[in-house]
Amino acid sequence: MSARRDRFQAWLLLAPMLAIMLGVTAYPIARTVWLSFTDAGLSGDSSWVGLANYGDALSNPDYQDAFARTLYFTGISVSLEIVLGVLVGLLLNERFPGRAFVRALMVLPWALPTIVNAMMWRLILNPQYGSLNALLTQLGLLAKYRSWLGDPASAMNMVILADVWKNYSLVALIVLAALQTIPQDLYEAARLDGAGAWTRFWRITLPGILGPLSVALVLRLIEAFKVFDIIYVMTRGGPADGTKTVSFYVYEESFTYLRAGSGAAYAVTVACVSGLLIATYILQLRRQGRA
Amino acid sequence: MMRRSLGFNIMIGVAVTVLVVVTLAPLLWLFIMSISAPVELTRIPLHWLPDRPDFSRYARLFGLTGDAAGTSFLAALRNSLVVSFSATAIALAAGIPAAYSFSRFRGRMGLLYGFLGVYMVPPVAFVLPLYMVFSQLGLLNNVVALIAVYCTILLPFSTWLLKNNFDAVPREIEEAAQMDGAGLLGAIRHVTLPLARPALAAAALFALLLAWDEFFYALIYTNDLRAQTLPVAIADFAAGRATDYGLISAVGVLAALPPVIIAFFLQRSLVSGLSAGGIKG
Repeated sequence: MSARRDRFQAWLLLAPMLAIMLGVTAYPIARTVWLSFTDAGLSGDSSWVGLANYGDALSNPDYQDAFARTLYFTGISVSLEIVLGVLVGLLLNERFPGRAFVRALMVLPWALPTIVNAMMWRLILNPQYGSLNALLTQLGLLAKYRSWLGDPASAMNMVILADVWKNYSLVALIVLAALQTIPQDLYEAARLDGAGAWTRFWRITLPGILGPLSVALVLRLIEAFKVFDIIYVMTRGGPADGTKTVSFYVYEESFTYLRAGSGAAYAVTVACVSGLLIATYILQLRRQGRA
Repeated sequence: MMRRSLGFNIMIGVAVTVLVVVTLAPLLWLFIMSISAPVELTRIPLHWLPDRPDFSRYARLFGLTGDAAGTSFLAALRNSLVVSFSATAIALAAGIPAAYSFSRFRGRMGLLYGFLGVYMVPPVAFVLPLYMVFSQLGLLNNVVALIAVYCTILLPFSTWLLKNNFDAVPREIEEAAQMDGAGLLGAIRHVTLPLARPALAAAALFALLLAWDEFFYALIYTNDLRAQTLPVAIADFAAGRATDYGLISAVGVLAALPPVIIAFFLQRSLVSGLSAGGIKG
């Protein structure tokens, strides 16, 4: 078979995928970038405004606040998911009665649709009839019912709670799979050399799971940074913008205030930050592919 | 293995118990809400278990009583099924040849990495121009628009999953088939695909899960029963003034059942799919 014919076949087989991907993603991206330099609305005429939208975006204190909130959400929820995920992964790797059942259970939060998870926690946190209020007062831990999602001080943390409850399971499953690839002899040898549990964790366990764990970390960062669904259902960005993240901000700019031009500029800034994380992920994936 | 001390065993036992309770309690409560009469749910102090289970919400949602909740639930269920299955079918039809090409012909992997990257860009970067295009084509509030967008979400990731599995199929078998005059497509269909059947099933199930879960595009491109999918319907139910929490919970339980059942079948291939970005966060 000639190299030329190979190349032709390779591209021919790729053609359907290329057509779909370029048709539905290339144009919108290019158009978003173009829109970001104009003062366009959702329809009608528009004119070129250069970098004005970006200047406005970067100097807008509301947007800076949204950005800070997004970083808070991303930092706290992903840290918790990684720590809990590692702990639960380690736990599920131990031997105990009913282990297969508990491992299967870990799939439940992951499989639960994001919107159902958000709705479930919204009901649990309901200020008048929510079960969290009922549980805490019946246990004597809370004097009177609280509005968990109505209080700007606690709303974001409650959204983080709901996000962590669902997404740490993914980290745990990845960690568990990685743990099972670590040879048991390593532990035996370390024990004979007198290494304590702590040393064994840092010297054997952690290096053994670091590759998959870092992939999970970056994946979670990418996902958390674009958080939208869970906030839309739980708080709609409220109270007092207390949970308004960048994705929510861009969504409102474009579809509530109908400012397509500046909405696009905000979208480009969000995509750029994500782009950095995505590049990290791709590099990791390539490195693991070679290993 | 070294024998563990009693103290360590007790610690493990406590940790496992906490894990099981924390995982199951919210889900059980969702189910209990769905079978508790409204008076039971609004009683203070809360009684937790209903005196008598009340399955009337499920009857309403399945249209047995002919009210509005049933109509919109069934329409959303139909739209979700149509969109997820169509997008999955198209994504696999385009993804199988693409994955084969990436697996057998060297030198184009950068493209696949690029598409994986595109799939991870926040949807806010695409949503507006596509909205304008769909509006001009008259495709807003039409399942066709969602199917087109979902294909681009499902394709990179299922291609990646399939490519990794095609890599494990020996080339010699295919070449033998081609020698017998099967042609390239024939060899793929009769040799490669049957050998990679488990991976194919996993890719399809993952794709279904991703499509079933999608919310952002569905929220913006649909607005009524004609195209609204289940996640959007749930958001509407949850935000509505309707104070029947049991009804909302019942919708949630029903929407969660298909992915939960699929996930149990997926357990074995779950982790490789997860690290390839088969996440829904």
